[in-house]
Amino acid sequence: MKYRSVFEIIGPVMIGPSSSHTAGAARIGRVARDLFGRQPEWARIHLYGSFAETYKGHGTDVAIIGGLLDYDTFDERIKTAFEDAAAVGMTFEFIPEEEEADHPNTAKIVIGDSQGEMELVGISIGGGTMEVTELNGFPLRLSGHFPALLVVHDDRAGVIANVSNAIASQGMNIAHMEVGRKEKGKMALMVIEVDQMFDETLINELKSLPNVTQVSTLAN
Amino acid sequence: MEVLFGTVKELVALAEAQNKPISEIMIEQEMQITKRSREEIVAQMENNLSVMESAVEQGLQGVKSTSGLTGGDAVLIQNYIKSGKSLSGDLILDAVSKAVATNEVNAAMGMICATPTAGAAGIVPGTLFAVKDKLNPTRDQMVNYLFTSGAFGFVVANNASISGAAGGCQAETGSAASMAAAAIVEMAGGTPQQSAEAFSIVMKNMLGLVCDPVAGLVEVPCVKRNAMGAAKALVGADMALAGVVSRIPTDEVIEAMHRIGQSMPSALRETAKGGLAATPTGKALEAEIFGKDKAVSDTVNS
Repeated sequence: MKYRSVFEIIGPVMIGPSSSHTAGAARIGRVARDLFGRQPEWARIHLYGSFAETYKGHGTDVAIIGGLLDYDTFDERIKTAFEDAAAVGMTFEFIPEEEEADHPNTAKIVIGDSQGEMELVGISIGGGTMEVTELNGFPLRLSGHFPALLVVHDDRAGVIANVSNAIASQGMNIAHMEVGRKEKGKMALMVIEVDQMFDETLINELKSLPNVTQVSTLAN
Repeated sequence: MEVLFGTVKELVALAEAQNKPISEIMIEQEMQITKRSREEIVAQMENNLSVMESAVEQGLQGVKSTSGLTGGDAVLIQNYIKSGKSLSGDLILDAVSKAVATNEVNAAMGMICATPTAGAAGIVPGTLFAVKDKLNPTRDQMVNYLFTSGAFGFVVANNASISGAAGGCQAETGSAASMAAAAIVEMAGGTPQQSAEAFSIVMKNMLGLVCDPVAGLVEVPCVKRNAMGAAKALVGADMALAGVVSRIPTDEVIEAMHRIGQSMPSALRETAKGGLAATPTGKALEAEIFGKDKAVSDTVNS
């Protein structure tokens, strides 16, 4: 099941004109911003397929920038996202790519500031629903079947055990889990899909764990 | 995650076995999957209904998109209805004008509720707010109209596609019109099976519809495809309520839509490279809006 909720069909409430090219794009930008954990200072956005061909007409560009400014799909400020980005000092660049991606609506977002950078590949699968397929070179298989937790952490012994204990203590079951790292002892990423919707308590608990640097969620 | 239904066959069987409307099955599934309360779920749908209502009202006042390609047609149609000269019937034209109103607001970057997408957002509310004047539903029944539409859309989204880039316009306005037809049947007192028949009758007449937006904008021909989608939804619902059935079962019609979408060339799937977008006037409009270079370099033969 790619779609879980009736509100992915009747919804989202959004600023027009396109659910896949505006709302879905805003969501890809917002997840990137969320995972980065702070306002990026610069953004380089590569667009593929239908995104590359029609992004201007659909407002895909303002929507992604809006997402990077933490705006939701229904936030009227999406319309002025370019000006708003200038106001907070974020520079950006859009690069339409000729190369074919697996999905017609694909965006690769590279964002950063003086402290670091991050790269995320997202696809907009229709009706405003999106999936993340790659994060910092880690391929993700975030199908959207389940609510998901993305935990960025330092590659140290015991972090995975602590995280899974915290999830278990909430009485939650892990449906699928992937762990990856770029280099031994450096940044690592856990992608955990769970059976139920989670709440703020769990997210805060995970954030407080040692060696966990960022927790983000992908819930439909 | 346990879903109650993955196909229309299962959805209808559940509704019949439990003697419940399809909207109720959708609410129960939503509660089960998201672990949220009925009150929360119904309140969120009620909010979506209010957004749709505001968009229709705004569009009926007359709006204009930034590109200038669309806007004002909803008002023209309403005035024509008032003249008393309509041939196809006031209710159909009212649905058409309200579907157009919603999409004109969408094109003008106003606030809408995607049903199932923004490009097809006019059909479900357009038909709902037109049928409302004839059937006088309660607010709850209007919310249920959206749950019934959503139940059918859920099956389409999971078994085929609701994305124009993936499956063409048949996946967007085709799905929306078929969903609306099913919901009209329920509101008018038809059976769950009649909802499924209405869905099939309409979807069969949307198969093959390509996504070819001029200049890549959700305006031409999207607004008018919403208009005709609303009209087909009403006619399809009436046919099903009259007892007409589809020879091809609903799930097979959905599967056919999926396969047709997969075999559509990319020029006809929301890339603005084929169909109406590639006509001389379509290209001229694109050049006017974005500058000549893009229009020339982006055009390929479909």
